[in-house]
Amino acid sequence: MSGNALITRALLLPSLVTGLSVPEWDLLVRQGRRANLLARLAHRIIEQQLMDRVPPRPRSHLLSALRMADRQSSAMRWEVECILRALAGVDERVILLKGAAYLLSDLPTAKGRTFADVDILVPKQRIAEVESQLMLHGWQGTHHDDYDQRYYRQWMHEIPPLRHVKRGTSIDVHHTVLPESARLKINTALLFQSAIAVPGHGRLYVLAPVDMVLHSATHLFHEGTLENGLRDLFDLDSLLRHFGARPDFWKQLVPRATELGMRRPLYYALRYCSKILNTPIPVEVINELEPGKPAPIVSSMMDFCYQRALSPQHGSCSTKGSRLATTFLYIRSHWLRMPFPLLVQHLLRKAMRNSTARAWETLFTPAPEKPEP
Amino acid sequence: MKISNYSHEQLTRRLEGGELLLDLKPFVTRIRSNIPGIARDIALMYAGFETCPEDAFADFHVAVIRESGLLNWMKPRARFYFDGRPSFIPLPVSQSFAMLEWGLNWCVAAHGHQYLIIHAAVIEREGRAAILPGAPGAGKSTLCAGLINRGWRLLSDELALLDLDSGLVCGMCRPVNLKNASIDVIRRFAPHAVMTGPVPDTTKGTIALMRPPEESIAARDAPARPAWIIVPDYSPEASPELVPHDRALAFMLLAEQSFNYDIHGTNGFAAIARLIDACHCYRFSYSNLEDAVRIFDRLAGGCE
Repeated sequence: MSGNALITRALLLPSLVTGLSVPEWDLLVRQGRRANLLARLAHRIIEQQLMDRVPPRPRSHLLSALRMADRQSSAMRWEVECILRALAGVDERVILLKGAAYLLSDLPTAKGRTFADVDILVPKQRIAEVESQLMLHGWQGTHHDDYDQRYYRQWMHEIPPLRHVKRGTSIDVHHTVLPESARLKINTALLFQSAIAVPGHGRLYVLAPVDMVLHSATHLFHEGTLENGLRDLFDLDSLLRHFGARPDFWKQLVPRATELGMRRPLYYALRYCSKILNTPIPVEVINELEPGKPAPIVSSMMDFCYQRALSPQHGSCSTKGSRLATTFLYIRSHWLRMPFPLLVQHLLRKAMRNSTARAWETLFTPAPEKPEP
Repeated sequence: MKISNYSHEQLTRRLEGGELLLDLKPFVTRIRSNIPGIARDIALMYAGFETCPEDAFADFHVAVIRESGLLNWMKPRARFYFDGRPSFIPLPVSQSFAMLEWGLNWCVAAHGHQYLIIHAAVIEREGRAAILPGAPGAGKSTLCAGLINRGWRLLSDELALLDLDSGLVCGMCRPVNLKNASIDVIRRFAPHAVMTGPVPDTTKGTIALMRPPEESIAARDAPARPAWIIVPDYSPEASPELVPHDRALAFMLLAEQSFNYDIHGTNGFAAIARLIDACHCYRFSYSNLEDAVRIFDRLAGGCE
């Protein structure tokens, strides 16, 4: 905890901001901006009625970020509405995942959160129908290359992202939560069975609380580029604190993880939430996860990597081994995503297409940083 | 301390160490660069601007750094960094200062949501501001450059920052962007204006930057009350004409030319509505800057 980045400490204890020096404010705004957590910090500061005590310059950045996040929330609600209209003719439930689900369920997790794409989950046998309805209503495919198409459709858990021609918004249509080729096999049917309706939105559903946490954990701990890693860890922390207050939540969590095949990601989620964010987790739950936990050497390697990767991807937070950690987690994510022969085939294919230099990059460095829009 | 008080060596050292905090009121920018030409252009264009102490709060941390690698040894290129992250594509080193300027515009447009930010030039005379919105090529920078050399005060040639509460507009009084034929037009029109050397082959053609007049820089803190929205319309044969412009169209143009209209939601709508209500809206066609000066002076004199 004490080694945490300033933004992490400020989010955990907003009263900290009343005693910051000017250079600390400068750093806090930069880390918050980079980690996509500035608006969440603004929200926390307002919640604690401390905004008056923030100096004017940093305050305008906090409020500016919050304004942007608010705008993204309303755009997201509208986008979900448009998706529902487009899918009116499909007789099937539409399950929202991640950010959109937190927002439409009015969870505290959505407060001050930034949003980009909408993720939905529909049964595999409905994918073609959903895709064609979306295309009829203005969404277009993005990956036109034959190999990419096959890569997505044969091995992935989603079809290539669709982009709306007019609004420029993206939607990821999933039929399960991990790639078909992944090592971890998920019992997707169970997720569908327990989904719960979003009141007032017809056929709109979200995952049940326990499943929502498990999905969030699985997603984060299979991710190869953790640009939003800290933000996603705060999402988990917020979900655990919120749902953890419900009577049966903790009792259901581990049995459900076992049933769905998500024990390992849950183990990591709880470990790093409590290590980095001090999330309160009942000791019985920790004990329940003891059997089948990673070997000590694996565990210490993962600690090394995640404690570095789950901090803001900002110059001020990079320590010895940061690069090694991100590279390792990038390779690990590919390792988890597909069996080794397929992985080799996939990377070779990418290599041939992109020229040799790019291929080595693909193999040994995390995806290049996206330019600012 | 003012930029003009730094020696070339001091400025270069500060830039190399990333310790140059330029006070662009209302924003402070911390700049790092290892490109020698940038110190020269900053000294030329920002001479009258203050710097801040090294431990001051910087709104934006930017850098323009020479790219490394064999390819760049033969054809040197530089890249803009926003807080350590490479942004935009690398450009030839000769375009470094222009890239810094464009990068700064992006920083403001992407983060300054305490304002409604409109892509427009703003000039002021006797407390009343004229906002000149318009698509690139409509001649707003040229018009603005001409008028500020004849007694109008420059607020901005590109970014109008509208305060939603007060309805006042501010700019940063940064250098004016001149493109292609405009460069010679302004050189002839205002022979004493200070300009950077022309930089050919940019995405916008040949460009040069012009330093705003001293009086504008001295008053750059002061916001102004908008009085006119004037849509410039340059065409080589046009006779000078200032005609009332449809208010609804002016509204739509401002909304369309705003970088963050959508982010402000209903407040943005209300702010533009208030702005339009408070202003006379005109369309101004011209082909000659002397005509423009005459007509704008008459406007400021209260004849229209």
